[in-house]
Amino acid sequence: MILPVPAELISQMAVDLKSHLERRGITEPRFIGIRTGGIWVAQALLRALGSDSPLGTLDVSFYRDDFSQNGLHPQVRPSDLPFEIEGQHLVLIDDVLMSGRTIRAALNELFDYGRPASVTLVSLLDLNAAELPIRPNVVGATLSLKPTERVKLSGPAPLTLELQDSSLEPAL
Amino acid sequence: MKLSILGARVIDPASQLDQITDLHLEAGKIVAIGAAPAGFTPSQTLDAKGLVAAPGLVDLNVALREPGYSRKGTIASETRAAAAGGVTSLCCPPQTKPVLDTSAVAELILDRAREAGNCKVFPIGALSKGLDGEQLAELIALRDAGCVAFGNGLNSFSNTRTLCRALEYAATFDLTVIFHSQDRDLAEGGIAHDGPMAAFRGLPGIPETAETVALARDLLLVEQSGVRAHFSQLTSARGVALIAQAQARGLKVTADVALYQLILTDEALVDFSSVYHVQPPLRTRADRDGLRAAVKSGVVQAISSHHQPHERDAKLAPFGATEPGMSSVELLLPLAMTLVEDGLLDLPTLLARLSAGPAQALRLPAGSLTVGAPADLVLFDPTASTVAGEKWYSKGDNCAFLGHCLPGAVRYTLVDGRISYEG
Amino acid sequence: MTPPDAKRPLQLNDQGQLRHFLSLDGLSRELLTEILDTADSFLEVGARAVKKVPLLRGKTVCNVFFENSTRTRTTFEMAAQRLSADVITLNVSTSSASKGETLLDTLRNLEAMAADMFVVRHGDSGAAHFIAEHVCPQVAIINGGDGRHAHPTQGMLDMLTIRRHKGGFENLSVAIVGDILHSRVARSNMIALKTLGCKDIRVIAPKTLLPIGIEQYGVKVYTDMNEGLKDVDVVIMLRLQRERMSGGLLPSEGEFYRLFGLTTARLAGAKPDAIVMHPGPINRGVEIESAVADGPHSVILNQVTYGIAVRMAVLSMTMSGQTAQRQIEQEKAQ
Repeated sequence: MILPVPAELISQMAVDLKSHLERRGITEPRFIGIRTGGIWVAQALLRALGSDSPLGTLDVSFYRDDFSQNGLHPQVRPSDLPFEIEGQHLVLIDDVLMSGRTIRAALNELFDYGRPASVTLVSLLDLNAAELPIRPNVVGATLSLKPTERVKLSGPAPLTLELQDSSLEPAL
Repeated sequence: MKLSILGARVIDPASQLDQITDLHLEAGKIVAIGAAPAGFTPSQTLDAKGLVAAPGLVDLNVALREPGYSRKGTIASETRAAAAGGVTSLCCPPQTKPVLDTSAVAELILDRAREAGNCKVFPIGALSKGLDGEQLAELIALRDAGCVAFGNGLNSFSNTRTLCRALEYAATFDLTVIFHSQDRDLAEGGIAHDGPMAAFRGLPGIPETAETVALARDLLLVEQSGVRAHFSQLTSARGVALIAQAQARGLKVTADVALYQLILTDEALVDFSSVYHVQPPLRTRADRDGLRAAVKSGVVQAISSHHQPHERDAKLAPFGATEPGMSSVELLLPLAMTLVEDGLLDLPTLLARLSAGPAQALRLPAGSLTVGAPADLVLFDPTASTVAGEKWYSKGDNCAFLGHCLPGAVRYTLVDGRISYEG
Repeated sequence: MTPPDAKRPLQLNDQGQLRHFLSLDGLSRELLTEILDTADSFLEVGARAVKKVPLLRGKTVCNVFFENSTRTRTTFEMAAQRLSADVITLNVSTSSASKGETLLDTLRNLEAMAADMFVVRHGDSGAAHFIAEHVCPQVAIINGGDGRHAHPTQGMLDMLTIRRHKGGFENLSVAIVGDILHSRVARSNMIALKTLGCKDIRVIAPKTLLPIGIEQYGVKVYTDMNEGLKDVDVVIMLRLQRERMSGGLLPSEGEFYRLFGLTTARLAGAKPDAIVMHPGPINRGVEIESAVADGPHSVILNQVTYGIAVRMAVLSMTMSGQTAQRQIEQEKAQ
């Protein structure tokens, strides 16, 4: 499988997002990236849009639904939203959309800050593996992976995608 | 009953005997060491090759817990445990309920001990009524009922003059007083040795001076009153040094230490384990080394178990809420053998500290293997091991050494020529 | 003699994560830092309109206080509630104990109510260790203070206070003043400061209020307040209890204040940006002057806020460590 180049995806996403926001009549979106990959994608996207809007960062560790199975994420950092949520149009940005649970956690967390007017979901990749009824409004590329494959984003610059296949790892 | 014990290494510290030979017993006494008397045909023979035959151990401090504390132990269970540890004669302290301050209690204990038949019991009577340190107990009545010495445990006399008079009274009748020197005010509220280990764990401390201040005072009062004195359960190096000094200037005082004090230190408190909660407390390594040196040199001529069995609940609480004391008489011989294993003492010296030494301190008819003496013996295998706790007779399992593999194993304990324990 | 078996420390799971929180002794610098970092995140949660996160939803936290305490109890309650846990508070003061129920029986009864975690405060040193050893290992035990031994959450909230106001620990000079002998807060603080790399830890007290072997904590002892406070960055004042006057530890509160009270004049010897801390409740005019307690150097009220965040961090991390240990054991069983 040949992975797409993030920089190319981001240029197209910027175009798509701009038309999406225009269609909806959203003039002052608030941008929020989900830690950690989502923040890198958001930063690149804002550059591509030529926007100097402040970027909110969201850490969803406290809202995940797998605490009883996996415990607390080892590297929790504070969320930082330098603007009001109440009544605002949010653009929520993540790197890889898989089961959809991270987005579910992010939405729950955002709603604890206040009641947004709307949330637009932007994702660099959609792996077509959603376990919840969550779909992105703007997506860079859709990929289908084998069950043993995982894709990882490295950043912040340059942004690169890497494919990991656990079936190819030497047996322990 | 005629019994011959063949081929044991017979060690009798009192007569400095140490040779492989035979022992012949009849009617509860030793009738010959070496060749059997003429016409002696034993009804039973014990092949004791490879075993050591020594005087039955004499333990000066074994709490039998009866009367009054039957959840913790009974005379039957604790004397059985003692026999398993190689003990043939033991002294039980006066902290019973009711206190051992009347002849009735002494008689009850002696009756029950005779019934159980596991070892000889020599009760220690209370020095003051109710052990309250105020009024003198009826020492002569207690003596006549069988008490061999008198003590007040860790309970201080509130008034030094009262104490002095009690000692003078005892001296009048040549009675032995046993001291557990501890200054009540310095020790108050403390549950562990006042050192860095306890301080780090926030455990209220008992300073060394609680022992040495009281000891210094008690030694001077002994000197003044002329009473026969035995100092029991010393825990500090400074303490045994004071005893050594007193002995050096001619004061005939004797002393014992608890066996576990020769092995454990306050470092055992690291996990707040209540099995190490004892009174007086475990002190530092330097103190333990001082006690060991004093046992080696003979300043301390007796090692006792300081046996204090407890029911489980008494130890199942945070450290400060538990009752102090350890159950250990059952392991007296093998646990003491670790001192030989460590190279501190040779076997004859160890046996002296466990038999002749304690017997001599309290003038007990025990602790020696001589022709005509009662046949109180222990036969043990010095090369075998005892896994502590594999068999357990005491009602209290509050023992720090359970599960440990200890050197030596008691094979037979004999009291008046009769086997009281077979291992 | 065979030595006692080396065990995994009671409060850590097989991966070195917290499964109980009993004392700061034996915890690594990395782990303490992780607690502080996690607490930072919870501070941010505390600044939002909705101060709750769903992390411990469905879990039951039982506060079992054998010693009275309003402040510690309420902050633990708030911390558990803000994590969406169900909270039960039991003031098992003298009444149960006087009915003859043992500590162990009280806890076994609570265990039967299926609590996931006990926060325990008890008057006996070592109580939290005892409970952790005897109660079912899947129940997390948090030490809310045991006798004189430890108050690990207070220690951590004091460290968080210092980190937030001073940035780090390495180049700081910290003075702890007052009744060190009876203080579990002081013991936990000294251990935490040493582990986190503070190189100048001072204790200031009369000899009667210092424990034997204080040197083992790696601190310098001062008996003169002015010398001890010279150029310090942080002053932690300890509470002096009334009972200390009886028993000959101190002649009077007045004399203590004269020698060891933190007044504006004394504080002037510290660095100009020094902070003043106190675990509370404060005794005005006994260990600290009102003007100092209410003044610009005081961060005493902030400590309360940090306390909630630290306790949220500790509750989550410990619950998380318990979960991880269950998984490890399930995997081992397969």
